[in-house]
Amino acid sequence: MKILTCPINGPRPIQEFHFGGAFRELPDQSTISDDQWADHVFNREGQPGLQVEWWYHVPSGTWFLAERDTSSDTVHRTFLYQQEDHA
Amino acid sequence: MPYRLLKYGLRSRHPEGRMFRSPASLGDEYDVVIIGGGGHGLAAAYYLAKDHGIHNVAILEKGYLGGGGTGRNTAIIRSNYLTEEGARFYQASVELFQGLSSELDFNLFYTERGHFTLAHSPASLRTQRWRAEVNKTLGIDSHVVDPAFIKQKVPEIDLSCGGHQAPIHGALYHPPGSIARHDAVAWAYARGADRQGVEIHQQTAVTGIELRDDSVIGVHTERGYIKTRKVLSAVAGWTPSITSMVGLRTPLVVHPLQAMVTEPLKPWLNSIIVSASMHVYVSQSTRGELVAGASLDPYELTSMRSTLGFAESLAGHLVDLFPCLPDIKVLRQWAGLCDMSHDFSPIMGTTPIEGFYLDSGWGTWGFKATPISGKTMASTIVADRPDPLIEKFGLSRFRDFQLVGEKGAASVGH
Repeated sequence: MKILTCPINGPRPIQEFHFGGAFRELPDQSTISDDQWADHVFNREGQPGLQVEWWYHVPSGTWFLAERDTSSDTVHRTFLYQQEDHA
Repeated sequence: MPYRLLKYGLRSRHPEGRMFRSPASLGDEYDVVIIGGGGHGLAAAYYLAKDHGIHNVAILEKGYLGGGGTGRNTAIIRSNYLTEEGARFYQASVELFQGLSSELDFNLFYTERGHFTLAHSPASLRTQRWRAEVNKTLGIDSHVVDPAFIKQKVPEIDLSCGGHQAPIHGALYHPPGSIARHDAVAWAYARGADRQGVEIHQQTAVTGIELRDDSVIGVHTERGYIKTRKVLSAVAGWTPSITSMVGLRTPLVVHPLQAMVTEPLKPWLNSIIVSASMHVYVSQSTRGELVAGASLDPYELTSMRSTLGFAESLAGHLVDLFPCLPDIKVLRQWAGLCDMSHDFSPIMGTTPIEGFYLDSGWGTWGFKATPISGKTMASTIVADRPDPLIEKFGLSRFRDFQLVGEKGAASVGH
């Protein structure tokens, strides 16, 4: 992957971006057990395949999401985070 | 000499024989099945047979022997880690490596070179001093040296780094730091295991693991089903794919790590040079090539592709350190997969699944641990509880908030 498309600024060289890790839903901390919390804090998926993940466009300070295949390194789409999508 | 080589090449029966057998078919049942024919899996099989008398063992390798991390690392062996559990573990590995060529009756080209971890700032020098003191209390030969000492040992080095980087303030010096021929380590363990009855099956991918009441009862492969009560996963970068077969969650994420070699040169670089802030580690192999690696690729990827950007940046930093190198050609570059844990330490030992043992989290530090991880995993499998040397490295530390915090690992920023 040499170029990533920022939803705000369009296609930019990969050097302008930081990887932010897989997108993960924050569990409800008032109800979960210690084991579930530890699972959220530490455990990851890790298998090769399609993953929604955070990326940061450094020059413009834009955090956004990308759907990327972690075995072929192809990006299927990039989009801004919308609270209601993940409610 | 050339005639001898020619005759040897033309002979149909080679006096050496094959290093290990390739059994035509899988057996029905094994005492232990090891997934992954890299150094760790092969070493575990060897020590299961040699130390514990368990010979009915199968190694299943989906590609070819030693074709993963074992054949893709930069072959550096050292024990100057920062945590007590880390340093003790790697020191035990170094001690095994020192006698390994004789034990396995195979020349592993193990050579002590002396290992410099360069410090480019006072803060970095302080960390090196901390590491040196931890190492000394454990009896590991490791101390901080000044720039003059570095220049005397490595006259070709530019202490000002071409003015492109912060100058070198000193280094952590670890005289027992060594290199070895990594392929030979895999082959020698394979031969040692094979001679004791272990079966090595290449081109045999595992497709599933059969459980009953959270206990292992068998393994599905591309070539059929095998009954077994004990399975060791020793697949490094492919670990998340194997643990998902038994429904086990781990903290591992996979990043590629790239490396390259130059054309062979006359011997000039005796030491191993590492600079974390310049993302460089380099040594000269016994064949004369400079073997150099960089830092982890910056995002998750389970692919062994390599990139031009890596070669450009590593070559630039190499020339900053060694101004004599600009005309030297790069022969080839490659990538290996690193299964990274949050605390830069392995994840090994028993798991909540009875009969499923994990040897993973090898990130950028797997090759140097080959003998000791094989030995400790063998004893863990036999006793069904973690070997004392690896107790702190269990998967359960990520449930109990007991992380190790190894900051002496290679190729990772701190």
